[in-house]
This record gives sequence, structure tokens and C-alpha cells, in this order.
Amino acid sequence: MAYLSLNPLWLSHFTATSSIGRGLDQTLAALRQRRPGLVPCAFDTVDLATFIGEVAGVDAVQLPAHLADFDCRNNRLALLGLTQDGFAEAVRVAIAKYSAQRIGVFLGTSTSGILQTELAYRRRDPVTGALPADFIYRTTHNTFSVADFTRHYFGLTGPAVVVSSACSSSAKVFGSARRMMAAGLIDAAVVGGVDSLCLTTLYGFNSLGLISEHACRPFDAQRDGISIGEAAAFALLERTPEHLDADAVLLLGIGESSDAYHMSSPHPDGLGACMAMQDALKMAGLKSPEIGYIHLHGTATQSNDATEAKAVQTVFGSSTPCSSTKGATGHTLGAAGGVGAVICALGLRHGLLPAGLNTRQLDPTLDLDYLLDNREQPVTRMLSNSFGFGGTNCSLVFARAD
Amino acid sequence: MHTLTAYIEGIGLLGPGLTDWLTSQAVLSGQQPYQPHKTVLPSPALLPAAERRRSCAIVKLTLATGLEAIAAAGLDAASLPSVFSASGGDGENCHIICEMLASDDRQISPTRFHNSVHNVAAGYWSIATGAMTTSSVLSAFDASFGAGLLEALTQVVVDDTRTVLLACDTAYPEPLYSARPIPDAFGIALVLAPQRSAQALAQISVSLTDASADQLDDAALESLRIAIPAARGLPLLRGIALRQDKHVVLDYLDSTRLAVAIAPC
Repeated sequence: MAYLSLNPLWLSHFTATSSIGRGLDQTLAALRQRRPGLVPCAFDTVDLATFIGEVAGVDAVQLPAHLADFDCRNNRLALLGLTQDGFAEAVRVAIAKYSAQRIGVFLGTSTSGILQTELAYRRRDPVTGALPADFIYRTTHNTFSVADFTRHYFGLTGPAVVVSSACSSSAKVFGSARRMMAAGLIDAAVVGGVDSLCLTTLYGFNSLGLISEHACRPFDAQRDGISIGEAAAFALLERTPEHLDADAVLLLGIGESSDAYHMSSPHPDGLGACMAMQDALKMAGLKSPEIGYIHLHGTATQSNDATEAKAVQTVFGSSTPCSSTKGATGHTLGAAGGVGAVICALGLRHGLLPAGLNTRQLDPTLDLDYLLDNREQPVTRMLSNSFGFGGTNCSLVFARAD
Repeated sequence: MHTLTAYIEGIGLLGPGLTDWLTSQAVLSGQQPYQPHKTVLPSPALLPAAERRRSCAIVKLTLATGLEAIAAAGLDAASLPSVFSASGGDGENCHIICEMLASDDRQISPTRFHNSVHNVAAGYWSIATGAMTTSSVLSAFDASFGAGLLEALTQVVVDDTRTVLLACDTAYPEPLYSARPIPDAFGIALVLAPQRSAQALAQISVSLTDASADQLDDAALESLRIAIPAARGLPLLRGIALRQDKHVVLDYLDSTRLAVAIAPC
């Protein structure tokens, strides 16, 4: 049996928490007011001249006592995100409807709780080199910890996994959830992504010369690198019911590909990115002119934006409105796909094509309809791109139910 | 109860005392004694010289096991989607980064950084094989083998495609080892197909169960199964090596395991 096209999946609930806001209302208001969340980096002991998108109040989040072993910045951010917009209540309603075994957990992260290990390495025993006794690897640093925390928080017992393919992680979770639902193993899925600030990514991207000293400027002629952010974004995926509100948001298509080119540079012609966008359109049963807005990956490095522009031109031409929201949120890495999905869902629901921020002069060599001002207008279908290290690409197509 | 069915067309295996699938079958089926020795990772000949120099243990391990499985199936690696499942990233690389970040010199190298991503093996794999297909890169701590097998089976069943599963883990050095005691490199690769073909070795039908996971009779193999997450797939390989109809239960999450009905082809 081959499901060549996707039976649309319903994003029955969704939420995002990033440096531009806690939950949907604040996120929408920040997008409408073009309010960026990037500030000069004062995170931990980091001595880099850069801007970051830090979520306020993460340190103050307290995990439930029975989940204390999971305590780390990433899982605190996860909990902060899960408790916005009634999302946790919606999951509990879904458990009552489908049962705890029939709901899967598919979350994306790149660095999970590695900050906990970075901090533990500062407290090694001076004689033996041992890590401190209070360091718990499994429930903090390990890549799976955010999905494990989420399933324990809700008491879910169905399939659970973390997708960790760098900056495409939380777009690709939609693909894994789709397959698991179509295979009949689950009836609903908690999908999304959580990534939090840590030294590995700040110093790592710095080593590659990819960190901007400014708030990042996607698609600007003078763009000079990324600003790292953190975020938690979630959606509850269910099969599409017969009757839906007009502004309900559906996932229509997913395209996934690999560049097979280089670990930290995109394919120069954007070949893998083209394949991902084309496959997402094909699964959605749509032609490129039927997409009203493209949420670009748009990291603001020279090569990423140039490559993505080429790929978008190949698939869409130059007239589809598009922008990157990383000038607002920063690049939230493993959470970026989830944040992109929620921004598209908000845009579809409220008729908002969000402008890219910080961009002063569009790169004239990148011939796209890149939005420097918000457009408030009805829009029915959007595509969101997420690309990552290792040449991993994922495009998602979302639409209003009407 | 939903059952996912696929055909195994090729197997790759590399771990302590297990040098490949061909010679390991007699060990797994109990005809020859299991003699553990440290895993030897071959140099990844398929990679361009620059990438070969930069490649870390998990890259060598996935290339060795994945290419063994695909060669056995007589397929072109470039044509296959893939599922990479590992408990964590490269342990040695992670240790060196954390050590540097705790020191006065935090300038980690670009190679260290790109080798730190969980999808480093998938990235090198696509560069080595030229595969532009989709790749799912997963972690589920000790449940990583089961999570990878489920993801691969849903690709096979839902998208009606062959796929290659690469379940691999590498050793953690001290002081991380005390917190995550993975002692050595171990990997299993499986080529899975939706239809029976001439090269099919076995049909597997997998469903979720709350039964307990099977243990291995040989004490040393059982300690390997427990010590390295990817080795939780060994009861499946043992079942295939025995070449008879067999039911096994593989470890997965604390709440759920995988029941596998194996029928030789």
C-alpha cells in the first residue's frame, strides 16, 4: 500500500515560546509590531560579541518534583512551552479520547540538555577528573531527554523519539509522525522542537565564522552570519475530522532530502532544497503558484541565503512573497522547524505574512519577493523551509481548512 | 493490534567480537563460542580524503555496517532512504568539546563542531554514497534500536519503499563513561523492503507489546545486549541466524517493547 499523497493532518493545537514571546498572543503581537527578540549576548560566561534570542524566565521554571531528574535548561524551556495556550490541557483531552498508548511523541532538538554537561565539566573532581555526583546524563544531556521528559510529564506510553538532524529536526518530526499515524500505530502525535542556549553552539558556530556581531540580517546584501536563539514549539497532530472551523490549520505536504555535498555548507545550487520543496508540493497536490507565502529558513549566512534563494527561484520563480523570521527570533536550531510551523499556522489563521526584520538593503543578487513590511491579507497556503548541517532538508506545506 | 511487515534483504554487523554478519551467524546461533575483543573500525575508503581525515568513530561504524548490508542486498546505496538511530553523538568528540569549553581556551575547531551534531553519520553517509534521499536521524536513549526499527518499518509500509536502518553507538570516554557506560562501538544495519524478492533473508512482522524483552542465553552476548543500545537488536539477528520461524521480543521503551515474528525466506 502506497500513500503517495498525504491525508491532511490537523494541527488541532499549537504553541510557540521564543525570545519574541511566550505563547501565541505574544508571538503574534511581536510579529505584527515587528518587535525583535535579539539582544547582545550576556548568556552565562560567553565572551563572544554577538546577539542572541534568549527566552526570558527559563531559569525560574520549576519541574514537577517527580521529574526532578530531568531538570536542565532545555527541559525547563520545554515545560514553559508546553504550558502555554492550553496546550498541556489539549494533550490531556487527547489522552482521554485516544488513550495514552495511542499518542506518539516526536520532538526535535540539536543539543538537548548539553549545557548541563558543559557546566558539570567545570566542576570535575580535581584529583580523579570525575563529574559531580549530581550530574545525571540520561535525563538532561542525552538527546532523547526532551521527548522522555514530555512523555513522562503527560504519562504517555506510545512510541516516542527525538529527531536530531541539526536545524531540520523539528520539521522532520512531522514526517515521522505522519508515517506512524498512517501505519496505524497511533491516533495522535505531540510534535515540535525544543533547543536552548549552550556554549557548544555559540562557540561552535563562532569557530565556523558564521556568527554575526549584529542582530542577524537575513537576505541583506551585508548579511554576515546568524544570531543564535532558543525556543520551544509544539503542535498536536490529529487526523482531519469531517467538520473543521474555516481557520483550522492542516499539514498538507512534507518533502525531505539530503544534499550529499558537505557537512557544514549547503549544495551550491540548492539541489537538495529544491527536491524538498518539490516533494512537499507534490505530496500536497499543489502547484507552486498556489502557495501564498514561503517561510524561509533564511539564517543570514552568505551561503545559506544565496543557496535558498536559488532553490526558491527554481521552484517558485520570483513572485511568491517570502521572508525569514530569524531576524526576530534568532536561529533556534533544532526548534526552528517547529517555530516556522507555528508562525505559518498563526499567519494562516490571522492573515499575516510577516516581514523579515533587520534587513536594510536586500541583496540585489537574490531575486525574490522578500517582505520588508508586514502584509495583512487573507492567505490560504504556506510553505516552510528548514535546512541543516549535514545537508539535511525538510519543507512543510500548511493550509487553512477553507 | 497493528502489525508492520517487511522483508530483510541485507544485514550489516560490527561490534566487540562480531566482525561481520557472515561470520557472526554461527556465533549468534550458538554453533561457535562468542569471544569478545575490541571493535576494529575500518577506514572509510568511500569518503573523499578530506572527509576521511575528519571522520569520527560513528561515521566509520555506520559506513562499515551500512555498506555491508547494502552490498549483501545487491542494491545501490544512493537509491535508499535511511534511518540513523543512536543513543547519542560521538562520545570522544563530545568529551573534548566539553573539556575545551570548561577551559580558558574555548576555541573549538570547526571539525570538532560539525562532528558534534547527532546527524554527523547521516551527513557523511550521504556524502560518501551520494544518496540525496531522506534520512531520519533519531535518538531514544536505550530504546534507540526499537525506535529506529519502527521508523524504518513505517517508511517501508507507508511510503512503500526500501530503506536502510543504521543503529549504531560508540564508546564514551571518562569522565562521561561513568555517567553513560557505553564500552565500545557496536552497529547493526538492516536493508528492509516492502515486497519479497530473491535476496530476501527473512520476513519480519512487528507489533507493540508489553511483554518483557528476550534475553540472550550466552552471558557475554547478553551483557553486550544490555551495555550498548544498538545491541538490543541482537535477539532479532539471532532469530534470523537460526533460520526457523521464531517469535522474539526486542527491548524498546520502559512502557512498550516490540514483538517480532520472524519467518525465514
